[in-house]
Amino acid sequence: MSEVIISINNVTKDFGNVRAVNNANLDVLKGEFFSLLGPSGCGKTTLLRMLAGFELPTEGTIDIDGQDVTLSPPNIRPVNMVFQNYAIFPHLNVSQNIAFGMRKSGLSKQELDERIEQMLELIKLPGYGDRGSNELSGGQRQRVALARALIKQPKVLLLDEPLGALDKKLREQMQIELRLLQQQVGITFVFVTHDQEEALTLSDRIAVMNQGDIIEVSTPGSLYEQPQSRFVADFIGTMNFFDCTLKDFSDGIAIGEASELGSVRIATPQTIVTPGNDFTLAVRPEKFSISFEQPDQQYNSVLGRMGPSAYLGDRSHLYVHVKGREYPISVALQNLTGVLDQMYTTDRKVWLTWSDDSAVMLPMEG
Amino acid sequence: MPSAAFEQSLVSRIQLRFRRSEAVRGYTLLSPTLTIILLGLLFPLMILVTLSFWKQEYVDLIQTFTLTNYADFFRKKIYYLILYRSIRISLLVMLVTVLLAYPLAYFIAFHVKWNKMIWIILVTIPFWTSYLLRVFSWKVILGYNGVINSGLMSLGIIAEPLEFLLYNPIAVVITLAHAWAAVAILPIYVSLEKIDRSLIEASRDLGESAFMTFIRVTLPLSLPGVIAASLLVFIPTVGDYVTPSLVGGTRGIMIGNIIQSMFGKALNWPLGAALSIISMITVTLVVCLLLGATQLFRKKVA
Repeated sequence: MSEVIISINNVTKDFGNVRAVNNANLDVLKGEFFSLLGPSGCGKTTLLRMLAGFELPTEGTIDIDGQDVTLSPPNIRPVNMVFQNYAIFPHLNVSQNIAFGMRKSGLSKQELDERIEQMLELIKLPGYGDRGSNELSGGQRQRVALARALIKQPKVLLLDEPLGALDKKLREQMQIELRLLQQQVGITFVFVTHDQEEALTLSDRIAVMNQGDIIEVSTPGSLYEQPQSRFVADFIGTMNFFDCTLKDFSDGIAIGEASELGSVRIATPQTIVTPGNDFTLAVRPEKFSISFEQPDQQYNSVLGRMGPSAYLGDRSHLYVHVKGREYPISVALQNLTGVLDQMYTTDRKVWLTWSDDSAVMLPMEG
Repeated sequence: MPSAAFEQSLVSRIQLRFRRSEAVRGYTLLSPTLTIILLGLLFPLMILVTLSFWKQEYVDLIQTFTLTNYADFFRKKIYYLILYRSIRISLLVMLVTVLLAYPLAYFIAFHVKWNKMIWIILVTIPFWTSYLLRVFSWKVILGYNGVINSGLMSLGIIAEPLEFLLYNPIAVVITLAHAWAAVAILPIYVSLEKIDRSLIEASRDLGESAFMTFIRVTLPLSLPGVIAASLLVFIPTVGDYVTPSLVGGTRGIMIGNIIQSMFGKALNWPLGAALSIISMITVTLVVCLLLGATQLFRKKVA
């Protein structure tokens, strides 16, 4: 089941004086939808291009399917790529594009035509074979690029921000289709994106990268709920950070003291610092409960004053000012009833509370 | 007498029509070029066509319709042979020029990382001197006492000067290929430069070697440039008469030389006109054949 298909060992890539990828170590499992996520310039595309063979690592090795392919040219690697701009051959029609990589497949003309027809069915463009490549819309080009790569039945499909050029609605639709397609064909996907929401939606596992380093590799749920660093917590979703000092830790409950929040309790199997030391407390906007009366609990609650709010339809973003804190706390609220506007008026006093298991302890940075 | 208000509305109506109609704007934009083409190309061509159906008797032009000149072309083998030779030489020039230009254009497009402009300017440097001068310099290089011969002799490789260097079709091909190199390099460079690099990567990714990627992606996509270069070299060289008359010798005479002598020493303008028309039609036919062949090639690699 969990067989390693790609093994990246101590891979470093320098472009002149610029280090694009710094000592990357990563295993991708067979059949997995794996994403490389990070801000632009973080090295994720360079890492992908090293898997495809378009860049050679300065140091380190890359194994694909048990073979060392570190220095192999792209045409003999068992991987195929979907390019960011799709790279559809303009001088060929849809069928010819899909058949491009099948010259040496040994299939007869008829078998190949059947395979192309199957691929067109798979990407939901049946009957498009004779269309010229310039007659296709962005979404259709993307599908053709997918078919052209998948017909080769690669061990791994590499995707370089393939949804970036599509508009929001189409992108969401393609995300679902891509995920279904991956489950259907059972090929390992390595997907590069800077869109954290997209990565969370699609992936089995995500590697978060920043400035050439792989910061954290984990499942979407654990990256979101239990990030291991401030960068990951901040990059994925929205997060409120508070400086805290650990007072006590026993029976899986850490007690801390935050100047802006007062006494806090965190449910955690173990602490990252020993009592007496500082850490960063992180709470997601949607973990807060909001009320107009003072709650009973002595911890995990803070009094604030309503700041500006943003209405987003299904939910609202509220900003709550807390004494001694420079930036307001971001609070997300499901719009279960339609009376929010009247209730949460600016400057109204509100109490924020959250549960023991919704806050995360992170190491202090900087 | 139309009123001022009427004039006003007429002007604004014309303006409106001008702004509305894309065709009208297009023709306005074209009009300077069209005028020049009409005056400078179409009228002389019509004169030439008319002339070709007249007849020359000593110094007199007989202005009655006759097909004698065209009949002469088919009757006397010499014209036909020289036209055939001209086409052959020009096709060879075209082939040599494009084959030499392509690698250079490819190099500039794909391997020069910065200062591409310098390379482009360097390519055009031969154009900075007169065409005549360049042809003469080839005469100096290839001549009996020329650079190559005296060089080889002083090295002791040959005892006598080589006589086959100058005054033959090969000398014409070499000279013309050099003269037209830049004209071929530039369109090929432009078409190569336009090719999206990810297409080449995609081909490599889909399993093709560097060579097959060139055959299946780079070459077909640069074909417009190659065709433009071929035509730009082939069409004008067929009618060239300076180069063959300077370095071609008797075996290197081309149709341009014959036409020139008809309008000059031989004083037979109608025959010269007829030869011009025939060579023009032949060039058109050859160009059509070339375009047909490239279309076929395009289908084949797809």
